Amino acid sequence: MTDLLILIPLFPLLSALLLISAPAFSLSFPKPLVTCIAVGSVAASAVCVAALQWQLNDQSQYLVQATFANWMQVGQFDIGFGFYLDALSLVMISIVTGVGLLIHIYSVGFMAEDADYQRFFAYLNLFVGAMLTLVLADNLILLYLGWEGVGLCSYLLIGFWYRDTKNTLAANKAFIITRIGDTGLALGLFLLFSTLGTLDIQSMQQHAQLHWQTGDVMANVCCLLLLSGAVGKSGQLPLQTWLPDAMAGPTPVSALIHAATMVTAGVYLIARCHQLFELSPLAMQCVAGIGAVTLLIAATAALAQDYIKRILAYSTISQIGYMFLALGVGAWSAAIFHLIAHAFFKALLFLSAGALIHSMRHQHNIFRMGGLANKLPLVCLCFLIGCSALAGLPLLSGFFSKEMILGRLLEQQQTVLWAIALGGAFITAFYSFRLFFVVFLGRVTQLPNRQPTTTMLAPLVILAILAVFGGLLPKGLMVLFSSDPIEVHSFLVLLITIAVPVSAVIFAWRQFKHGVFGAAPTSPVLQSLHRFLYAGWYFDAFYQTILIQPFISLTRLNRNDIIDSLSRGLIHGSAVLHSFFSQFQNGQLRRYNASLVLFSIVAMTWVLLA
Amino acid sequence: MITPIDILCFSLALFSIGVYGVLVRRNLVFILISIEIMLNAVIVLFIAGSSFHNNADGQIMYLLVLTLAASEVAIGLGLLIHMYRRLHTLDVDQLSKLSDVSDE
Repeated sequence: MTDLLILIPLFPLLSALLLISAPAFSLSFPKPLVTCIAVGSVAASAVCVAALQWQLNDQSQYLVQATFANWMQVGQFDIGFGFYLDALSLVMISIVTGVGLLIHIYSVGFMAEDADYQRFFAYLNLFVGAMLTLVLADNLILLYLGWEGVGLCSYLLIGFWYRDTKNTLAANKAFIITRIGDTGLALGLFLLFSTLGTLDIQSMQQHAQLHWQTGDVMANVCCLLLLSGAVGKSGQLPLQTWLPDAMAGPTPVSALIHAATMVTAGVYLIARCHQLFELSPLAMQCVAGIGAVTLLIAATAALAQDYIKRILAYSTISQIGYMFLALGVGAWSAAIFHLIAHAFFKALLFLSAGALIHSMRHQHNIFRMGGLANKLPLVCLCFLIGCSALAGLPLLSGFFSKEMILGRLLEQQQTVLWAIALGGAFITAFYSFRLFFVVFLGRVTQLPNRQPTTTMLAPLVILAILAVFGGLLPKGLMVLFSSDPIEVHSFLVLLITIAVPVSAVIFAWRQFKHGVFGAAPTSPVLQSLHRFLYAGWYFDAFYQTILIQPFISLTRLNRNDIIDSLSRGLIHGSAVLHSFFSQFQNGQLRRYNASLVLFSIVAMTWVLLA
Repeated sequence: MITPIDILCFSLALFSIGVYGVLVRRNLVFILISIEIMLNAVIVLFIAGSSFHNNADGQIMYLLVLTLAASEVAIGLGLLIHMYRRLHTLDVDQLSKLSDVSDE
């Protein structure tokens, strides 16, 4: 069983290595071979995961632990390539390999005409390998390696079409902003090691529970530092601005990295360290607060967007906000449950959006689409399922997970957070159906020029099925997070949770019928509100003003490098001295003589008079 | 009667003429001659000192300086002729190849 464990990340990593290094040895693989290697490796991983699932299914204790090699050992600092598999990481690797495999298959169709086919699959495989390492790691250093690995792949894939400067800038933005959070995470690791003496995730948490009381200052600081890393990676406030721009990458990348897997790494990190976070009520409140504020801000920003992928990006931020909210109130399994459901329906939405974009000559603006329901019926059906799951309509996966989070909030007497989450649910349902109505039922402006290929449609159908029936909580999670009881809520609460998204959909339908969507705002107040929401609450402009502009003016000020002027002064001084003294070295014999005579007279006078 | 003061004055005058020549003349031949004059001024002083103190050391010094002067003139003239052949001038103001000032 441990051999199976190491094979899971090894397949995609080896395939990535093969695909990346092949051009260096002037080997050119034909496209079908690249497809076989890339998709085959992820499929092999998925098969391994399925085998593990099957083996572990009847055991109550889901736990496999294995160390394969020693990485570094200095004194008590002992880091190995060790994997740790429990219910949480099992869920995560299932999503990564399962959704990853579907997106690989989809990419075969989507990227078929791209010249850099091989490079794309090399990056995608590298991403899957790094993500699996992150999820399976049994110590925080190995987790950090995977963490940075997925960050690198995110950067490479956002800037995949690097000939367009806009894409490169978006990639830089994503890389730099997540780096801010990662610095906090690295500091957190240093602090944890220096205080607890170990970075093994399980023994670190046991040590923490032994040495620290609840609310200990050290626990607070460590948790907040870990949280900063999670916030950066998961696109939460205040580091969320990179995610909408990250949509510059190819759509399968947006689906895999910026919706289903990588951006949920922050949620995974907090859930993985939940025993540590339980020691720090302050950090937990921060997690819940960040989640609540982010979900509202992102949901409102999604209302005003007109690019299909930007709407989905904001909805991703907002849905991860829900997960953070759930984590913050200790509803661990609800958060992970929402993560699973979100991975399915958001990947479905992104892939359907990709199919639309593919068929509509790379049109991203939803108001230039319209009336596609009978032109692309299968895509329309998949998109409808995705939107309904996102909106949390009853009996779809999104409904169960959201209902669970809302129920847990009420149980903890967090009525303010509950109200925010409910408001967010209303807005979410509203904007997702605004998107659906405009794209599929709106006025026909442009006809699709081609149909999506079978390799693109097959993953869509599978994901649609998963998005509908994904509302089953893996029982292993309940074993793992035993502190998280599942209770049946009152009928009234259930009714509210059903009524809110349904009323939002009806409201969206009425607005759509009145032709509000896409029309210019009528009053100046609405106009400025629209602009405010469209710019994502002006966060970019805000950072531009308070951070980037001062920094640029500082660099302008220091263009001549104040520190360097010291050494430059030394150079200048010696040059001046040189030109002064070299006047005496003029080669004029008579002047030499004259000075000789002069100084002889002076010296003799001195001697005689003294 | 010639007093030591007279001789000192004479020697000083001769030496000053030599110094003046070295500083003022531009032709290397004359500079060389002026150096000879300075040497002779010193020789006069030695001889005078020798007779004043009744000591032969001064006259020995005279012989020494004479030889030195002769060899100096020989080497100096030899260099001078060579210099004239190579550079076609004996003007010291133009002979400034060892100058450190680059723009001159």
